[in-house]
Amino acid sequence: MSSITAKAGAMPSQPVRRRAKVDRSHWVGLLYIAPAILLVTVFFVIPLGMTAWMSLHNWPLMGQHRFIGLDNYLAITKDTRFWNALKFTLYYTVIVTIAIFAVAFPLALFVEKPRPMASVYRTAFFMPVVVGFASASLLWAWLLNVDSGLFSPAAQQLGLTEKKFNLIATFNPAFWSIIVMVVWKVAGFTMVILMTGLQSIPTELQEAAKIDGANAWQRFRTITLPLMRRTVALALILSVAGSILAFDQFYILLRGGPRNSTITAVYWIFNQSFVSFKLGYGAALSMVLLVILVVLSLIQLRLLRNPEGT
Amino acid sequence: MAKASSMAKTKHGEGGLSARLVGEHGIGLFLSILFIAPIAWAILSTFKPPAEARLPPIPPWPTTGFSLENYVTLDSFGAGLWHSAQNSIFVAGSSVVLTAVISLLAGYGFSRFRFPFKNLFFILILSTIMIPFQSILTPIFLILSWLGLQNTLTGLILVYVTLQMPFSIFMMRNAFDAVPKEIEEAARIDGATNFALLTKVMLPLVWPGVVTVGLFAFLNTWNEFLAALVLMTDQGKFTLPIMMTAVQSGRFGAVDWGAVQAGVTVMMIPCLILFLLLQRYYIRGLTAGAVK
Repeated sequence: MSSITAKAGAMPSQPVRRRAKVDRSHWVGLLYIAPAILLVTVFFVIPLGMTAWMSLHNWPLMGQHRFIGLDNYLAITKDTRFWNALKFTLYYTVIVTIAIFAVAFPLALFVEKPRPMASVYRTAFFMPVVVGFASASLLWAWLLNVDSGLFSPAAQQLGLTEKKFNLIATFNPAFWSIIVMVVWKVAGFTMVILMTGLQSIPTELQEAAKIDGANAWQRFRTITLPLMRRTVALALILSVAGSILAFDQFYILLRGGPRNSTITAVYWIFNQSFVSFKLGYGAALSMVLLVILVVLSLIQLRLLRNPEGT
Repeated sequence: MAKASSMAKTKHGEGGLSARLVGEHGIGLFLSILFIAPIAWAILSTFKPPAEARLPPIPPWPTTGFSLENYVTLDSFGAGLWHSAQNSIFVAGSSVVLTAVISLLAGYGFSRFRFPFKNLFFILILSTIMIPFQSILTPIFLILSWLGLQNTLTGLILVYVTLQMPFSIFMMRNAFDAVPKEIEEAARIDGATNFALLTKVMLPLVWPGVVTVGLFAFLNTWNEFLAALVLMTDQGKFTLPIMMTAVQSGRFGAVDWGAVQAGVTVMMIPCLILFLLLQRYYIRGLTAGAVK
């Protein structure tokens, strides 16, 4: 077998012998990718097909499942709690993405400049990224706790509030607490993505504009931003996709509360599928979510395809 | 925003520069502290005796004596912290090894061989990144039970490794593509067999890619929450994030915040240490994904 593939490896430099080799090395290449294909088929492609199939059924955890056509999808149109969850998810996505960019862009500009300590700052800003969302949520659940936490007691001791103020008891403080937590956790990631974009801009361009008398804001607007289109698009899509799929922080920190006002789309699907065990209905909801994400990915591909933008 | 200027080539000899430097480093240090503070706060507070850990963490460090009591308490909840930690180590460790081996083979296959439907297979694997795994959890749950793997760490590992495939195979194929073909040819002329070629000649050359793939696999699987929450229903199979969420939700009685933060510390430390040691590889992985 080694002699067969030896020829395959030598292919590009010896085009004359190409044909025979290509034919005989077919199976060897397939052998190398077989384990990966097997995994992706069993745990991704088949489940994907099953999701579509199950969405057309009434499928309880126990007992027989029954074909019901598009009834699940009809039910979705009347499921106000799902639409509320979706509305909340989109609201959260918009706010958190703006917040992340508002923090990450200045950070990227700050750490991108070559100066002593720049890499130390970069590492510090990045540390929360490698901490998982579950750990971060558990950590902030404690910081936000009204009695044993940090913020409420500290505010009281500093005389900012008269009594301890429970940050997660009402919607707005709870929501903004999550936003702060997520920005703290994710800004470093967006920062590094944006930084790679900044570094790809030739310094000569900046220098030339400077000599021509452009101020820092003009240079940022007319050189930095246009040349970073692709990077910004990428960072944007990663942030939007991640936020639409948000679950951990709302489940751990707020349990969907106060009064079910922070249930996200994934959270609602989780509830329907694994708390109420309506597997068929959960699958139909999943299909809706899936379509949203695939459309988003296709937009991403489009945005990333023209390097210079139009 | 005014910082967009590309000064800081450090050759400015003008006055006011040092004031500016002090200002900039002041901002840098302040922001660094802001980002690290929550982590430091949690870690420091775990060394308080339980009575003190119930009070607000002001200041964060222990004032009534150093204690490891919180870590000991944690072991008394449910199946115990150390049991969950073992589960997590086993799951993350196996996922890292399997991800590295499978993507190494696939990357080699995609980079160096020609076979029918090669591009189709490659696109198939990469395109799974577009589909949120959250939407296919239910069938995965059913498939695992058909395979007799429901509620097993093995099942969870297989799911995790699958989720790592698109990124890892993309990384490894690029790593192999970057190795000049002449190196292989020379080794083949010297009579190296196919397998020896991969392990002895190619592996050292693509090792940085393997480390990147392994690092991402570790961080992602060690921290994964939703799939573990759905697929692991037996307390003895809980990974750390699931275990700690159960503790925090009061499933084992009144919430003991000292113990919760001890658990959070155990979850965070390996990630932070690995990141600090292998930062270079992490950034490489990020930018490879970003530049593609």
